[in-house]
Amino acid sequence: MYSKTYKLFVSLPPILWVALFLLVPYALMFAHSLWSVQNGNIVHHWNLQNYSELLKNPIYLEVLFRTMRIAAGVTLLSLFLGYPLAYYLSFHAGPRKELLYQLVIVPLWVSYLVRGYAWKTILGSDGVLNGFLQYLHITREPVGFLLYSPFAVVLMLTHIYTPFVFLPIYASLEHIPRALVEASHDLGAGQRTTFFRVILPLSMPGLLAGATFAFVLSLGDFLAPLLVGGPSGTMIANIVQSLFGAAYDWPLGAAISVCILCFTIGLLFLAEILEKRWSFE
Amino acid sequence: MTSASTSPASSLLAVNSVSKRFGEKEVLKTLSLDILSGEFLTLLGESGSGKTTLLRLVAGFEQPTSGEIWMSGARLDTLPPYRRRVNTVFQHYALFPHLNVRENVAYGLRANGAPKSEIASRVADTLMMVRMEEFADAKPMRLSGGQQQRVALARALINRPELLLLDEPLSALDANLRKEMQRELKSLQREVGITFLFVTHDQEEAMALSDRIALLRDGALEQVATPREIYAHPATAYCAQFIGQTNLLRGSISSGIADMGSLTFSCTGPSGPAVFSLRPESILLAANAPQISGPVRFRGAIRRQIYTGASELLEVQSNLGLLLRVRVPACGPLSGEHEFVFSASDAICVKESL
Amino acid sequence: MSASANTRRSPFLAVYSALVFAFIYLPIVVLVVYSFNRDGVGGFPPQHFTFDWYSRLFADSSIWDSVLNSLIVAAGAVGLSLTFGLLAALALDRTDFPGKGIFRRLVLLPLILPGIITGLSLLMFVVFVRLQLSLVTVFLGHGTALISVATIELFAGLQKMDRRQEEASLDLGATPWQTFWRVTLPNLKLSLIAAGLLIFTLSMDEIAVTFFLIGRDNTLPLEIWGRLRRGITPEINAISTLILLVSILLIVIWYRLRMRSEAQ
Repeated sequence: MYSKTYKLFVSLPPILWVALFLLVPYALMFAHSLWSVQNGNIVHHWNLQNYSELLKNPIYLEVLFRTMRIAAGVTLLSLFLGYPLAYYLSFHAGPRKELLYQLVIVPLWVSYLVRGYAWKTILGSDGVLNGFLQYLHITREPVGFLLYSPFAVVLMLTHIYTPFVFLPIYASLEHIPRALVEASHDLGAGQRTTFFRVILPLSMPGLLAGATFAFVLSLGDFLAPLLVGGPSGTMIANIVQSLFGAAYDWPLGAAISVCILCFTIGLLFLAEILEKRWSFE
Repeated sequence: MTSASTSPASSLLAVNSVSKRFGEKEVLKTLSLDILSGEFLTLLGESGSGKTTLLRLVAGFEQPTSGEIWMSGARLDTLPPYRRRVNTVFQHYALFPHLNVRENVAYGLRANGAPKSEIASRVADTLMMVRMEEFADAKPMRLSGGQQQRVALARALINRPELLLLDEPLSALDANLRKEMQRELKSLQREVGITFLFVTHDQEEAMALSDRIALLRDGALEQVATPREIYAHPATAYCAQFIGQTNLLRGSISSGIADMGSLTFSCTGPSGPAVFSLRPESILLAANAPQISGPVRFRGAIRRQIYTGASELLEVQSNLGLLLRVRVPACGPLSGEHEFVFSASDAICVKESL
Repeated sequence: MSASANTRRSPFLAVYSALVFAFIYLPIVVLVVYSFNRDGVGGFPPQHFTFDWYSRLFADSSIWDSVLNSLIVAAGAVGLSLTFGLLAALALDRTDFPGKGIFRRLVLLPLILPGIITGLSLLMFVVFVRLQLSLVTVFLGHGTALISVATIELFAGLQKMDRRQEEASLDLGATPWQTFWRVTLPNLKLSLIAAGLLIFTLSMDEIAVTFFLIGRDNTLPLEIWGRLRRGITPEINAISTLILLVSILLIVIWYRLRMRSEAQ
């Protein structure tokens, strides 16, 4: 039905864009990772020093593991918050389902920066939470660890990503025909059994999508640590950011970036494979 | 197992004055029905008649607004679906897509904690009973409609319920497969002996399968009777028209004479306005008719003739204005005026409505 | 009263869900409330209701300059992303070519790739072609990152569309070009608007990619960021509350449009 010209016309521009603004930049980044810095200048001298530096210097690994722990924490917490919420909306909320769904979406439209800033004002020593605790005489002095810690980073990012995790899970749950739930009850399975044997398995694609999204984006986040992380909450992307800033070592920064890029692509492939296995359409 | 026609069957399920309202709409109106043990009872009706709602009330997916349902001497409607000795075959089968055939069929047994060895042997037996043992490891989406239906049946029957509910299970199949599955269902029911409560809107299907038919209309029971009974003696005009075809004659009776305008005949029945149901096959071409008792004759012109293979369906305009449908054995094209005759006893007096 | 047979409403689940909602909304509520607090951000309870911070905000010219910059970039990003996103969606829906799978994954990659990677890779590209950092580079960054959003939304819209309408149009004598304008695009109207609104909002809020591509002119998020580094003032609460109100307004508009189109 579509002529060759039509097909060429629609596919060529996006392909060119992808090549020019995605592939070329990634290639440049990869090239940078194989160069090095001398006397404040980038020298196009091909070597693998940056990668060996990453493996040898314990700081990078330490920060990387901390970042992984934070990302994992965010993902798990978001799932614990987002999944029951999605389940409640889909199966128990009745006619108010649509309204509640919109209410979950609204915060997504509120600026990331704004929400991070809000946590800063809540968790600080002079912040709302401390003020609240002191007002109720639960504590007499401000609690220090709330802000400028990995805890604060996890809290803020969980807050950001819970709606993102909610969305695909909700879509997956809505997709499950109610007749299957009735059939399970009909055959003698109670609510809990039905959840674990029918609903949860069939919601796996959504869960996987949400978890991947939360994990990868948390992994590469540099703004949350800058806002609420403090020195103990530094993540791998902060190191990259300073290497492109004050610490001026683009090649090393590029090397870390390449690692993050490859990790993301690898994770996406894994998610794709799992999704094929677990989707039953 | 022979049909329970010689000994009086006991009531398995008692629906007592059950009504169901959804918001403003009353879908079932104070309905009472007894289902006998071992019978094949069909709930027949148009969409919106309430037949599916009634089924769902028995299954436990809805609660009655008022009234009670009892089964085997115990109250049923207070139990959740997973504690009722009732299983359902759903309209679109509702097979679990992430489990294979074997796991689907074993689901109910596993949910109730049956030991593994018992599950394995019962699954094998049940699959053989529905002739799906080859497909034990297949996933539902690879199966055809008819195959999925048999798996759904196996999945329900393996739990040996006291009552099996079937929600229009054959409506998604094409005509030939449907006839075949009807035969299989009927013989399966006889073989297993479980009471079947079957829902359909197809009256031919109901006639072919049922021991008794319960005809529903707008949430109320029009008539509950065996197929022969309901065909030969429909209770209301609606029953007469819904099941098979008929001619409805309206007029009045006075002193034993029914006056339908252009036709009169003698009948027993109270004086007053009356409606009669006259089946098309009861009207014969006078030329070919043998001697019949209480003959009623009329002349009519053939307006249309539809050949259906074994018979001709004629639209006849009587010379006094009545339009009647007549079914005669295949006889080649007819035209012009002919004389027709029917027996007065074939005109069944029915109620206009409940 | 008979025991409810199908889903026993679990009170535990309802309470838990309410708590999750509270967690999601808490910071937003705090933000709005404290934008009216005379004593600034922090402490409890807030006292002394005032509009001071808002009036200070309205007098702050650099904030409004940055708002204008953001609007310009966002408008450009919407145009760019919708155009290329539409083409990409059409290509994915209707064509087949070697490497289509890779193309699809690449188009969607920026959605899940941390913004810092997209930003840095484009920075290296920009430096390589010796382009100066400015709103133009920010615009390119947003476009690249947000084409994937447009593609997803428009692809979904294309899949929902009845292909036979296009066939009917061609059958009746319209050219493919005419068919595109008179049949395809109108059918995609809802998807285009939804995608446009989403891209606009995401662009207005974008920081990670913008961070590395910004020149002298700040966008709103970068302007706020700069101030945050210097200290907390409730002016930021005020602008945040305003952003929230505009966002809610956009949602309501989008919702109304969707309801209207679904009624047709």
